[in-house]
Amino acid sequence: MMELEILEKVRPIIADKLGIEQEQVKMESNFINDLGADSLGLVDITMALEEEFGMEIPDEEASKLTTVGTMIDYIKQNYKG
Amino acid sequence: MIDLDFTGKTVLVTGGERGIGQRICFDFALNGANVIINYPIDSEFENADETEKKIKADGGSAISVKADVRSVKEVDEMVLQGVQRFGKIDILVNNAGVTKDNLLIKMNTEDWQYVIDVNLTGTFNCTKRIVKEMMKNRFGRIINISSVMGLSGNVGQANYAASKAGIIAFTKSVAKEFGSRNITANVIAPGYIESSMTNTLPDDIKKAYLDKVTIKRFGEAKDISNVALFLASSLANYITGQVIVVDGGLIL
Repeated sequence: MMELEILEKVRPIIADKLGIEQEQVKMESNFINDLGADSLGLVDITMALEEEFGMEIPDEEASKLTTVGTMIDYIKQNYKG
Repeated sequence: MIDLDFTGKTVLVTGGERGIGQRICFDFALNGANVIINYPIDSEFENADETEKKIKADGGSAISVKADVRSVKEVDEMVLQGVQRFGKIDILVNNAGVTKDNLLIKMNTEDWQYVIDVNLTGTFNCTKRIVKEMMKNRFGRIINISSVMGLSGNVGQANYAASKAGIIAFTKSVAKEFGSRNITANVIAPGYIESSMTNTLPDDIKKAYLDKVTIKRFGEAKDISNVALFLASSLANYITGQVIVVDGGLIL
């Protein structure tokens, strides 16, 4: 899957979990600083993305995925279709 | 009009096949909830099955699911089965509990561990798994059954009292972590409730207990389920992290 394709899928999920507009979700957005996520919000997003893409994101990896872009990178590299 | 209508809501009650848990199952069903009756082992199947049949006979919907709350795997399978049947879980009542009483001097490590595992770790296992479902729905009501012994301590019940005190601090932590997700967590701390546990007490001990209860009777399972329904209802939307003592004035 291409980055943009993944972005289109994660946008509504992140927006829904954080109660924000989809347009606010950009590649460079930091979940906590830009999008107002708290620690539970991050877990919530990670769980939803795991379900969407049918993959496991281990906690130690998830903690490094601080921006939308790094999250999408991780999904791109680990998604098995 | 008091709103105790649970139509469209699903409740899971651990140890729901008898005693206080069974009464809680019945009362949620009578008020419209779908009920998942958890029971621990095959020998309890008949009790669970009877509970399920009675709910259905009264026009309610219920399934009974075997799962040892000590097992993460069995809890996960139970939740998947419940969600498959009813779509979601809105209310969790952690009611499953055991005793293995003995004076501390004589209490062995197995007796300690067993009671902690079922009462406290079981509550952790079920809450951890089901709160995930609740987060998705942005709604959850968690009701943990502790005991007044978790507040006062009791001779011969160091293990039980510790497990029930643990449930209280656990519940307050859950309340703090998930409050922003519209998930509340509260504790009911029953005193002496008529059940198979109290029925087996010798008469003189029963009398000694009753002397300490301000309202001179043992509680009934109904006294506990009333509070569980209240805490799960919209009447209690702004109550979280609290301990409601239902003991007829035993510890005053």
